[in-house]
Amino acid sequence: MLIQMIPEIGHFALILALLMALVQALMPLAGAATRRPLWMAYARPMAAGQFGFVLLAFLCLSASYLLDDFSVANVANNSNSLLPWYYKVSAVWGNHEGSMLLWILMLAGWSFAVACFSRDLPEAMLARVLGIMGLISIGFLAFILITSNPFERLLPNVPGDGADLNPLLQDFGLIIHPPTLYMGYVGFSVVFAFAIAALLGGRLDAAWTRWARPWTNIAWAFLTVGIALGSWWAYYELGWGGWWFWDPVENASLLPWLAGTALIHSLAVTEKRGAFKSWTVLLAISTFSLSLLGTFLVRSGVLTSVHAFANDPSRGFFILMLLGVTVGLSLLVFALRAPRVSHAVGFNWLSRDALLLINNILLIIMTVTVLLGTVYPLLLDALGMGKISVGPPYFNALFVPLTVVLCLFMGLGPVSRWKRMATGELWRRLALAGLAALVIGILAPLLYGGEWNLWVSLGLVSALWLVLPILRDLYDKSRKTGLRRLSLAYWGMVLGHLGVAVTIVGVAVVSNYSVERNVRLAPGDSVQVAGYEFAMTDLQARRGPNFLADTATFEVRREGATRSFTMAPEKRLYLARGMPMTQVALRPGLFRDLYVAMGEDLEDGSWAIRIQYKPFVRWLWLGGLLMAAGGVLAVADRRYRRRRATAPAGKEALA
Amino acid sequence: MTPKRKQKLFVILGLVSLAAIAIGLTLYALRSNINLFFSPIQIAAGEAPIDRQIRAGGMVKEGSVTRNRDSLDVEFVVTDFVEDLAVRYSGILPDLFREGQGVVVVGRLTEEGVLRADEVLARHDENYMPTEVAEALEAAGYSPADYGVKLD
Repeated sequence: MLIQMIPEIGHFALILALLMALVQALMPLAGAATRRPLWMAYARPMAAGQFGFVLLAFLCLSASYLLDDFSVANVANNSNSLLPWYYKVSAVWGNHEGSMLLWILMLAGWSFAVACFSRDLPEAMLARVLGIMGLISIGFLAFILITSNPFERLLPNVPGDGADLNPLLQDFGLIIHPPTLYMGYVGFSVVFAFAIAALLGGRLDAAWTRWARPWTNIAWAFLTVGIALGSWWAYYELGWGGWWFWDPVENASLLPWLAGTALIHSLAVTEKRGAFKSWTVLLAISTFSLSLLGTFLVRSGVLTSVHAFANDPSRGFFILMLLGVTVGLSLLVFALRAPRVSHAVGFNWLSRDALLLINNILLIIMTVTVLLGTVYPLLLDALGMGKISVGPPYFNALFVPLTVVLCLFMGLGPVSRWKRMATGELWRRLALAGLAALVIGILAPLLYGGEWNLWVSLGLVSALWLVLPILRDLYDKSRKTGLRRLSLAYWGMVLGHLGVAVTIVGVAVVSNYSVERNVRLAPGDSVQVAGYEFAMTDLQARRGPNFLADTATFEVRREGATRSFTMAPEKRLYLARGMPMTQVALRPGLFRDLYVAMGEDLEDGSWAIRIQYKPFVRWLWLGGLLMAAGGVLAVADRRYRRRRATAPAGKEALA
Repeated sequence: MTPKRKQKLFVILGLVSLAAIAIGLTLYALRSNINLFFSPIQIAAGEAPIDRQIRAGGMVKEGSVTRNRDSLDVEFVVTDFVEDLAVRYSGILPDLFREGQGVVVVGRLTEEGVLRADEVLARHDENYMPTEVAEALEAAGYSPADYGVKLD
């Protein structure tokens, strides 16, 4: 009996969560405004309760999937009894309703984490932060309950079996990419809430940045990994080896990432120098707003892509309203209160402050260019001014040069000093590194392939320009104070910048030295690609758990080598939906990937086969992981673990 | 003016001019890199530019796909049920490319009115007709529902 009621329990839990979110939002905010400790004390238990009920709802939906309860519309449309259990679980977020539920679970989870780990936060600040997160929860819980209820039943005509999960999504990527990405997206709500709370409370000091920074870093690290995973998934799943398409959906995740990167750096200046306060707050608002915009773009159905599940215009309208209200209200609060928290701090133009300011400006310009390219076609369409699409050339033409300029300043940043520094000193520290970067960057492509390429050289010079000055700095520091004395935050910065360099090398090399051949092959044929011989030895049909497949077998040998290995790409036909899928064969390596995909059956025993040689492609994602590791490492720094003893407890601004 | 104010003024001036340059460059890049969409009706009416990258779309006409015997060249006809557009492409077609399905092709129009496609896009969903095509059809006075396709 209880088992049959699982969807109703889930639905009920969501309603309770909404009620708790209402209390979590209203009581503490009112309490903070009227200085009533009892009202403020609602924040923590309500955040915990809300999280508990959202988690219960999520578990109920997962249970419905695992128990193959096809009377639930969501399960019937997106699952199938033949689906392996791990895809049944991840199918929960492989559709619009479930992915929104995951979004809310993440939001409630972050609120709960703030409630748990902010014991040393002043009561009023915590009340405001959790209150604002409660407001966001209200919006999204109302959204899911009103427009996208995942527990809707198909009674009394219960289908015998489900329509199956889209075969594109039946992959390890689905298990891990959406949750990581959402953790990042939603994680920025914490720093957003902190920013608004600071504005409301009129208090924005070094202690505030010490609370806000770890949350920002963790969210940013998750987003970085999420984007890297998405790129990796697209690379092997879609069958043509692309790792970034400037697809609006990808841009939707890149936008908050760029703004978040700017935010992390701006927070550093605010903490160390007390400068850029209102700018930091504005960035925090923008970053979360861009996360919401991303959610809107992906979930509203204005874009047609693999990610867009929703087709109901009322949903798009609802999210657009949420976006409008959030952005509008937070900018209003900003306009009214920002003058209170900001105060000007002077600095010299040759200082880390100035360099970080330039870094911020460049990152924002990059954000704006990507935003324009993404939204412009939608705006034109909405205004009835024609259907256009903005292709990769636009983004490459703007993003690549901006990245090079950004790298130029990024190389200077870590070795410069706060406030001011002498030109001579900077010159001494950088001259050798700059020269070395230039020489190695220009010569290395010659050593590698023999064919010199301007873009590869530019990429290598940029990457080396990021790394060499830091190495030099490390060397200097090791002689002066010893490496042990360096803070974890410093090591986090080193790792993060190293990650950017690694990604840049990957992008530059794979974009310019990749080899792609589309060939017509039958068993017995062979072809040479990039120094490897691919011989097709066999072609067979086989049956998988929920698909039929044609499997080709290739014997691949490096030229001159005697040892060979096999690669077996597949073309699958998923039965439930009659949908074909390309399963590529990959031979990964740190310095090159071999990539074989089956194109089409040419009906005379031969197949169109796509063979690719992708040098350094792994570096793209390796760099992303390094960046994320840097972000996490910085959070482990000692100064964030200091207890309340050091925070001026008496100065709790209740004003 | 105090030095602090002066600095602030410089920051603001710098920001404004940088933003102006950025927006100018962006709009320039946008202008030269946007692909306009045309339906076969519009192409037949001569509305589409020759030898510039455009997007076109419609349904792949039943029985129109012909593969070259010994290369990867393929020809097919895209139709909006009013006018036809011949498309030439060399390479591997996407998994969901099928006769009777909606596609969007990106490429250049030749003098003879044939589209040389650089890219063929088919959506990962069954019964799909590109929204652009559906709207173009409606604009021409036809109802997409007549063709038994589900709209996005």
